[in-house]
Amino acid sequence: VKIVFVGHVDHGKSTLIGRILEATTSLPEGKIEALRASCKAQGQQFEYAFVLDALAEEQQQNITIDTTQIHFRTAARSYVIIDAPGHEEFLKNMITGAASAEAAIIVIAADEGAREQSRRHGQLLSLLGIRQVLVVVNKMDLVNFSEGAFRKIEEEYRGFLDSIGLAARAFVPVSARDGVNIAEGTNSVMPWSNGPSLLAAIDALEPTGSVAEQPLRFPIQDVYRMDGRRILAGRIESGTLRIGEQLLFSPHHKTARVATIERWPDSAVETAVAGESIGITLREQIFIERGHVASHEADAPIESNRIYARVFWIGAEPLRPGSAYRLKLVTQDVECQVVAVGKVIDAATLDSAATGRDEIRINEVGEVTLQTRAPVVLDNHDRVPALGRFILSDAERLLGGGIVSGAHYPAASSVKSDNIFWSESEITAERRAARNQHRGAVIWLTGLSGAGKSTIARALEKELFRLSMHTYVLDGDNLRHGLNANLGFAPEDRAENIRRVAEVAKLMADAGTVVITSFISPYRNDRARARAIALQAGAEFLEIFVDAPLAVCEERDPKGLYQKARAGKLKGFTGIDAPYEHPEDPEIVVRTHEQTAAQCVDQILGTLLLRLRLTNRR
Amino acid sequence: LNPRHSNLDALENHSVFLLREAHHAFRNMAMPWSMGKDSNVLLWLSLKAFFGKVPYPLLHIDTTYEFPEMIEFREWATKHYGIRVVVKVNTEARARGIGYETHDPVTVTHELKTVALKQALAEHKWDALITGIRRDEDATRAKERYFSPRDADSEWHYKHQPPQFWGQFAIRNAPGEHVRVQPLLDWTEVDIWRYIEREKIPIPQLYFARNGKRYRSLGCQPITHPIESNAATIAEIIAELEATRSSERAGRAQDHYEPHAMQKLRARGFM
Repeated sequence: VKIVFVGHVDHGKSTLIGRILEATTSLPEGKIEALRASCKAQGQQFEYAFVLDALAEEQQQNITIDTTQIHFRTAARSYVIIDAPGHEEFLKNMITGAASAEAAIIVIAADEGAREQSRRHGQLLSLLGIRQVLVVVNKMDLVNFSEGAFRKIEEEYRGFLDSIGLAARAFVPVSARDGVNIAEGTNSVMPWSNGPSLLAAIDALEPTGSVAEQPLRFPIQDVYRMDGRRILAGRIESGTLRIGEQLLFSPHHKTARVATIERWPDSAVETAVAGESIGITLREQIFIERGHVASHEADAPIESNRIYARVFWIGAEPLRPGSAYRLKLVTQDVECQVVAVGKVIDAATLDSAATGRDEIRINEVGEVTLQTRAPVVLDNHDRVPALGRFILSDAERLLGGGIVSGAHYPAASSVKSDNIFWSESEITAERRAARNQHRGAVIWLTGLSGAGKSTIARALEKELFRLSMHTYVLDGDNLRHGLNANLGFAPEDRAENIRRVAEVAKLMADAGTVVITSFISPYRNDRARARAIALQAGAEFLEIFVDAPLAVCEERDPKGLYQKARAGKLKGFTGIDAPYEHPEDPEIVVRTHEQTAAQCVDQILGTLLLRLRLTNRR
Repeated sequence: LNPRHSNLDALENHSVFLLREAHHAFRNMAMPWSMGKDSNVLLWLSLKAFFGKVPYPLLHIDTTYEFPEMIEFREWATKHYGIRVVVKVNTEARARGIGYETHDPVTVTHELKTVALKQALAEHKWDALITGIRRDEDATRAKERYFSPRDADSEWHYKHQPPQFWGQFAIRNAPGEHVRVQPLLDWTEVDIWRYIEREKIPIPQLYFARNGKRYRSLGCQPITHPIESNAATIAEIIAELEATRSSERAGRAQDHYEPHAMQKLRARGFM
């Protein structure tokens, strides 16, 4: 079991770990003697903390610089201790250590109580997804082993942990200096304590629950060509994979069946489970590369180019709207841009209102909206943790980590027959884009009837055509003449209408066209599904809200439909007796009652042209 | 953790994951190979990661003070696994008369290992080296990262190590710099032996007791001392290790020549 020790500086973590190692006879023979000799030579008093602080510099400065991993074993099982430093400037090291832990021990000094770092660390543990926490109240000798002092800290810190969604398994009073209440039977001075000793409390921690029962997520690390076969290599992050079963590969939504599970030197396995680094071969030859994620179609991850997340920031330069970063999520690596910064939380006080600024500074936590250059395969962190976390970096260093939440799982329409497979073209979207000198895309205009969608669609089409781009407008009325002639305006018909439009737009975008769709598309869910469908083709998707007040639209009434609806001659008309759900987070908003059509088109092009440029794939 | 997995499975799977990430990230990588037990585990894991075909060359830094058994093993393994091996000797230092006969072990180790490695790096322009170091070997190694940058002088800036978590890292090498990839960090000495036993990995015979002595750790012949032991099989070695509390590198003279010798060696590019 991997345990991380965190806590405010000088609250006695290292001494505590030294004591644990001694109590479990986990130190190599001669280590303590060597340290005692070394201390004597340097004229220093020996401390148990030196066991960890073996680097010369640390002994001089008396602070732990980096995470150290130390093994120890109790009668019950073996442990790895990750010692994370308490100094604020070393927070990146604390995160490095804590991110791989299964449980955490938070050390609080009895004489000082919870301090800034005690809270900051607690919050980061919560964010990193560590759910098993022990709180050690150390230095009880400094408060005369008083129950009152212990209970006060326990009550206060328990309340804090509650507020960040953590529950401590136990609060354990100890004195690391005097070796009190570390092992069983070493607590004669605190008869009031009815809880376990520290080692007993550690043995009561449970290993992290199995991830084999979660949905299958198999991110591809690489494709190796061996003796004419293509082996997809990767580590199963969650779930179980079996020979013969059908896998869905995201993004791009292609399916193929598992032919073999490869291991060296022998491959005699039928299944592979979470945690295993394996290779597979497929029965159907489809194009797969690093970054693709295999899953089961019934329980697929999300594909999105909008990501909502909580980010902890360790970059020197603050994270700001407009900043661009590399985003890495399992083996995916894409460019992204910060669209918006929401609540920024002061980690020490957990006060979110106080900051009131839209940048996240070093060692802070905040909410962000990110736009990625290409669709990312992800899950909400509470559903599949491994696919719900990512890092942000620049070319040189890791700048922060993020936890995904609030992503929608659209009800994907699955292929009805088991005998239908995706047929692969050798002409990939990349090759088409290279010839066309631009990528395919779906520009989704949404808004009330009369808001100006068709006008803008036609003006945009004309402008793109003038720029020698392949472009086409899918118009609501036009499609209802043919493809969608059998559909009415009931909610389920509207949903099917949008699904078909999205599928057609996806194919056209895959073929390299910049498709402009002009539909009222009043329901958020339908638009989310349209986005998901488009992203399967690896195309850009931009939702553009063509906004104008209802009164303005009604006054324009170019087709006389509002008049009919008001007169009761037209049922289920959006804005009159059917709802329009405003976009929550569209890429672009144009306001046709304030801007001319030309201004709207200019505004759209400003964002669109950048996104249509060829990507430089590695 | 999956109940189906033993601790060894978890370690193996993670090491294989790291080797594949490294192979993707670095275009021109090599793996130093001492033919010692950890080195051979690393080779075995490379065979696992790439399905029997190691895609990078192995590097043997030949100090010219090698045990003859090790050189024999090198020749056998090169053929057996079909691997590409680069052998590097610091001929310039040997020509200057650097040797255990006349110099202290820290100087000799630095010249014949560390400097030789730097020379090989300069000749082959490798951007990454896969090393077999483990956290439990020495306190300074406990601070290491899976992906650890080294500057143009191969120096390790342990105070300014980059953050790494969730299997992710971000490093850009400037020309002349390289990254140490360290897939065995989480393994212990006993893990290594258990894994060798389970996988039946070939290793040099020097590790097994002859006439009441065996080598626990192998380096240059003049400064590597055997321990008292009757452990002639892997099972006996494991039993012996579980009973002992003395440190693995106690028989390696260069570590103990002066206080913090290991840290000084490592900061200057030693593995």
